[in-house]
Amino acid sequence: MLRFLVKKLLLALTTLIAVSVVTFGLFFVVPRNPAELMCGDSKNVCSPERIEMIERRMGLDKPIVTQYGDFMRGIFVGRTIGSGETARDCPAPCLGFSFRNDEPVTDIVARTLPVTLSIVFGAAVVWLVLGVSIGMISALRRGTVLDRLAVGTSLVGASMPILLFGPLLLIGLVYETGLLTYPRYTPITEDPVAWASAMVLPWFALGFLNSATYARLSRAQMLETLSEDFIRTARAKGLPKLTVYGRHALRAAITPIITIAGLDLGAYLGGTVITETVFGFTGLGKTALNAALNLDMPIVMATVLLAAVFVVTANVLVDVLYAVIDPRVRLG
Amino acid sequence: MAAPTASAATPGDGPYLQVRDLRVRFRTEDGVVRAVDGVSFAVERGRTLGIVGESGSGKSVTSLAVLGLHDPRRTEISGEIRVGGRNLVGLPDAEIRRLRGRELAMIFQDPLSALHPYYPVGRQIAEAYRVHHPGASRHTAWRRAVEMLDRVGIPQPARRAEQYPHEFSGGMRQRVMIAMALVNDPALLIADEPTTALDVTVQAQILDLLADLQQEFRSAIILITHDLGVVSQVADDVLVMYAGRAVEHGSVEQVLRRPQHPYTWGLLSSVPSLHGDPDTDLLPIPGNPPSLIDLPTGCAFHPRCRYADHTGGRSLREVPELRPAAEAGHLVACHLSEEERRRYAEEIARVGVAR
Repeated sequence: MLRFLVKKLLLALTTLIAVSVVTFGLFFVVPRNPAELMCGDSKNVCSPERIEMIERRMGLDKPIVTQYGDFMRGIFVGRTIGSGETARDCPAPCLGFSFRNDEPVTDIVARTLPVTLSIVFGAAVVWLVLGVSIGMISALRRGTVLDRLAVGTSLVGASMPILLFGPLLLIGLVYETGLLTYPRYTPITEDPVAWASAMVLPWFALGFLNSATYARLSRAQMLETLSEDFIRTARAKGLPKLTVYGRHALRAAITPIITIAGLDLGAYLGGTVITETVFGFTGLGKTALNAALNLDMPIVMATVLLAAVFVVTANVLVDVLYAVIDPRVRLG
Repeated sequence: MAAPTASAATPGDGPYLQVRDLRVRFRTEDGVVRAVDGVSFAVERGRTLGIVGESGSGKSVTSLAVLGLHDPRRTEISGEIRVGGRNLVGLPDAEIRRLRGRELAMIFQDPLSALHPYYPVGRQIAEAYRVHHPGASRHTAWRRAVEMLDRVGIPQPARRAEQYPHEFSGGMRQRVMIAMALVNDPALLIADEPTTALDVTVQAQILDLLADLQQEFRSAIILITHDLGVVSQVADDVLVMYAGRAVEHGSVEQVLRRPQHPYTWGLLSSVPSLHGDPDTDLLPIPGNPPSLIDLPTGCAFHPRCRYADHTGGRSLREVPELRPAAEAGHLVACHLSEEERRRYAEEIARVGVAR
């Protein structure tokens, strides 16, 4: 188990280092000089001397390898950017300063990440509970009207983009009927009730659409598991139906679902641009998108790196969880 | 522990399990599958019935019907299955469930796939015990599981109980299955090809174990197999099935020593004998078992039977009934006359194989 874990962690670390190198490289393939971007758009303000000064202040005149080293050190121990009277202290985890408004990127992430976390974790609860229960019920009631209805609904759900479903929800529940107010994000630490009520729409929208995939997946898994010999054994022991389905079938059927849920979660945590945009939240996804459009490279690097950390962490967690769920994995 | 359970059949009211005119049909898209078509047999406590036949002859379907394990939405079952005097056909599943695992237990062919891969074996055995002993504590059930593992000859049972099925060898796994089946002292044990997945030496150990346990628990056993060697070793009575029907039924001595049905002759000739001429070729039965959706008219075996044209065409028209043969208790479903069967059987005995 320990060897397994160490191997996985080393692999994860290698991946992250590779991602950080590539991301850092992005900085230098961008067509415009960062110093120019920082200086502002109005040409008359930016004299060559001024650009040179900015470059020096940001350390852009140093060799690339040194710059990468500084960047990575900043993340773990913090650093001082620039020198002399323009030196700015950037405590760990230092991700640099936004080109646009000089705000520390760490602050931007700290402000926008909770929004995305709130959306994704809440939606994940919705899609797992909804998807798995619909899938299980339609597997157990295979061929009935209920099953057909569930399969049909999930087909619609799986093929509908949130770009359409989100606005439809807004029109139906907010603009036309006024059942809900237009969501406005409130941090959970300030007012949990306001936080939750703002989250209802994105949770439902993202959760419902994803539940379609999960319903189909769990239906297929459950049907396959129900035809396994060990289910017949469980019934031959005289176990009640509920125990056969719950303890024996569900346990085996849920394993691949957990894997996929973990990977999905990792991918979504990097940002849910469309959901955030549709419901007017400034989450990590929207921040990343705006930064990319504005060539605000420190933010782009931070968000890409963060997304990679989420995906890699989710992968490691899924691997470990798999070994916990399936005793046969431990030896391998 | 060896005493029969209180709810078992009271002595004197006949065999523990009595199956009469059992018919099992599955509705499929291609038509109705007549998997079992009018089969009758009985097993007393302490005795073993071997059910023999090729794949698709209805052996396993019969046994699953006895335990009520068929999907009621797709299956039609008629006839009688009397367990301790009570007819199970038509009973609601909840009532049959109470008998399953307690009075009627089953051992399956492949113990690796028949055990749950995610739970330790001790837990799976304890679960079988607790479901029928709701008053028993976790601790009691676990102790009982360890005790059963010890009883079926698994060394270090307390330690092994905490291991998972994949950590056992094939033979040890089948012992676990047997321990699980016997944890509630069932009156009837159905073993569906219990040794098919095992190698020969382990096979013998498992059969010995079953025989020992039967002595101890005085349970009735139905042994389903296509292995005539296994049948001759452990069965008291034999039922030969073909295409969902019984074609021959009698004591193991009658059916294996003095077989009356051409199909049984065929089965016996396709098995090598230690005493036979090693140069003689084995004779397989030509052809394949028929489709159960579209059975041949008349005797279902007639397309593969080399004596079918000796019956004046009756083989093609009439389904032969199971009728008494010369010896008491020996039944055979064949249109050939007693006289003809004796003559052909003698020929076979002379040649050594049923050519």
